[in-house]
Amino acid sequence: MAAAMHTSKYAAPARARWRTAAMVLLLLAAALVPLVVSSFHLLQLTMVVNYAIALLGLNILTGYNGQISLGHGAFYAIGAYATAILLERTGIPYWATIAIAGAICLLVGFLFGLPALRLEGHYLALSTFALAVATPQLLKFRGVEKWTGGVQGTIVPSFAAPFGLPLAWDQWLYLFSLAIAVVLFVVARNLLRGATGTAIIAIRDHPVAAASMGIDVAMVKSLTFGVSAMYTGIAGALSALVTQFVSPDSFSFLLSLSFLVGSVIGGAASISGAVFGALFIEFVPNFADQISKAATAAVYGLFMIGFMVLMPSGVAGFLALVAARVRAWWR
Amino acid sequence: MDAFLHQLLSGLANGGIYASLALALVMIFQATHHINFAQGEQAMFSAYVALTLIQAGLSYWAAFVIALGFAFVSGLAIERILIRRFDGAPVLSVVVVFLGLWFVINSVAGWLFTYNVQAFPTPFPDQLGSRFLSAHEIGMIAMTLMTLALVFVFFRFTPLGLAMRAAAQNPEASRLVGIRVGWMLALGWGLAGAVGAVAAIMAAPIVYIEPNMMAGILLYGFAAALLGGINNPWGAVIGGLLVGIIENIAGAYVVGTELKLSVALVIIVVVLVTRPAGLFGYPVVTRV
Repeated sequence: MAAAMHTSKYAAPARARWRTAAMVLLLLAAALVPLVVSSFHLLQLTMVVNYAIALLGLNILTGYNGQISLGHGAFYAIGAYATAILLERTGIPYWATIAIAGAICLLVGFLFGLPALRLEGHYLALSTFALAVATPQLLKFRGVEKWTGGVQGTIVPSFAAPFGLPLAWDQWLYLFSLAIAVVLFVVARNLLRGATGTAIIAIRDHPVAAASMGIDVAMVKSLTFGVSAMYTGIAGALSALVTQFVSPDSFSFLLSLSFLVGSVIGGAASISGAVFGALFIEFVPNFADQISKAATAAVYGLFMIGFMVLMPSGVAGFLALVAARVRAWWR
Repeated sequence: MDAFLHQLLSGLANGGIYASLALALVMIFQATHHINFAQGEQAMFSAYVALTLIQAGLSYWAAFVIALGFAFVSGLAIERILIRRFDGAPVLSVVVVFLGLWFVINSVAGWLFTYNVQAFPTPFPDQLGSRFLSAHEIGMIAMTLMTLALVFVFFRFTPLGLAMRAAAQNPEASRLVGIRVGWMLALGWGLAGAVGAVAAIMAAPIVYIEPNMMAGILLYGFAAALLGGINNPWGAVIGGLLVGIIENIAGAYVVGTELKLSVALVIIVVVLVTRPAGLFGYPVVTRV
C-alpha cells in the first residue's frame, strides 16, 4: 500500500516529463515534414492542422461544455471571409488579419451564445444547424455581394515567406499554421485544466450544482461559445490563405456536419481527439473514394458507423482505455 | 386575394408532408429519445422502390402498398441490427451513427437508381383540381389526414398501440407486465419508416425524385417537430402545417425563394428562443 502510494506520487511527474519530451519530438518531426513531402501532401497536412484547430474549438463547446453545435461551419466561413475581405480591401498584413478574424468570431460566437442559453440538446442542435444551412445562402445574398463577391467568391492573394527564409509560400504556411496550432492547443489545455475549465465541465455535468457553487452559468456558457467560435474562426482564416480562394459553396452545411463527425470520432471530450478527428475528415473521404468510386459516400458512412461501433467514446477515449490497460498490466 | 389564398393553401399542402415526416421523427423520439437524421433518406429509398415497381408495370396503389411494406421492414431491421447496439451510448455517438446511415442510404440510392432527376406519377385524376389547388395537392392533403388518423386510431384504440405507448413511457414496468419492450421499439421504427415513406411518395411528384430530394424536407420536418414540441405528436403535426405556410408566404411575399429556407429557420429559432419547449410541448423536468 505504502509502496503503491510512493510510486504513484513520484511516477506522475516522471510520466509528464516523458510525455512532454515525446510531444516535442513529435512536433520537431512535424516541422520537418515540408522538406520531404510533395506540395499536394503538404496541402493535405496543412488542412489537417486547420481542421484540428477548428475541431478543438468544437470540442471545447460540445465535449467539455455540453452544448451541441451543428453549425460551426458558419464560424469557419466568417473567419475565412474576414481574412479574404481584409486582405482585398485594406493593407493589413496577413498574420494580423487572422487575429482580427479570431476577434470577430469571438464576438459573433459570444452574441450567438446568448440566445443559445435558452436552448438545450436537440433544440440547440436545430438552431445551430439553421445557422449552417443559412450560411451559404447569406454569403450569396445580393446585399453583401459587394463585399463577398457573391456566388463567384473572392480570390485570396499569396505572399512570400518572411525573414528571407528559403521556403515557398505553401511550406511557410504549413509551419505558420502549425505554430498557431501549438499555441492554441497549449492555451486550450491550460484553460481546461484550470478553474475556468472546471467551471466549464461542471456546467456540462450538473448545471444546478454549478450554479449553486457560485458559477455564473450564463456568462461561462456564452464565453465558451465565443472562445469556441474564435478557434474555429482562426482555422477558417488560415484555410482561406491555404486554398487562396473563398466561395459560398465551400461552406455548405456538410462542412458543419463533418466537423461534428470529426469531433465525435476523434473523441469530443478530449484535446488530442481534435487531431485524430482532423485526420479522419481529411483522409478517410479520399480513402473511401479509392475503395469505391460508385458509392464513395456509402463507404465513408460505413467507416463512421464502424468507428462508433468499435470506439463509442472516440479514438482518444479508446487510446486512453488501451493506455490504462497497458499500465495496469505493466505493474 | 386569390393569389394569397393560393399561396396559403399550397403552403398547407406542403405542410402536410412536413407534418408526416415530423410525426415519424416524434414517434422515434418518444420511444428512444433520439432524432433519426436518416429518416428522410429511408423515405426517399422507399419512394424509389415504389417508382421501380410502377415502371415494372405494377399499378400505382399496389406499388404504394409494397413500398410501405418495404419501409416498415427496413425500419424494423435498422433498429434490430444497428441502433439497439447503441442503447445507452453517448448522444453524440448516436448522432454520428445516424449521419453515417444517411450517407450510406443516400449513396446506395444514387448507385442503384442514378442521380438523375426523374418524374414521379400521381394517382389523383385531374378533375379533382380546383382554382386554388392542383389535384395532387388536394390528394396529398387527404392522404396526410388519413395517415394521421390511422396513426391516431392505432395508438389510441388497439392493444398493440397501447403496448407500444407503455413501452415508450415506462420500459421497466412494461417488461414486468409481459410486454416485449425491444420488439415494441423495433415496431415503432417500422411504423415511423412507413409514415415517412408516405411523405416521400406524396412529395415526389412535386419535388421530383432524386437521392437528395428529402434533405430540405427533412430539415423542415425536423423544424416542425421542434416547433410543435418534440414530445407532442399533435404539436408536431400543427408545427408541420405552420412551417409549410410560413415557408410559402415568406417565399412569395417577403424575401423571394433565394432566402426562403433561411427566413423559415430564423422564424423557428425565434419561436424556440421565446418558447424553448416548442409551442405545444412540455418542458422536460429532471430530478436534481
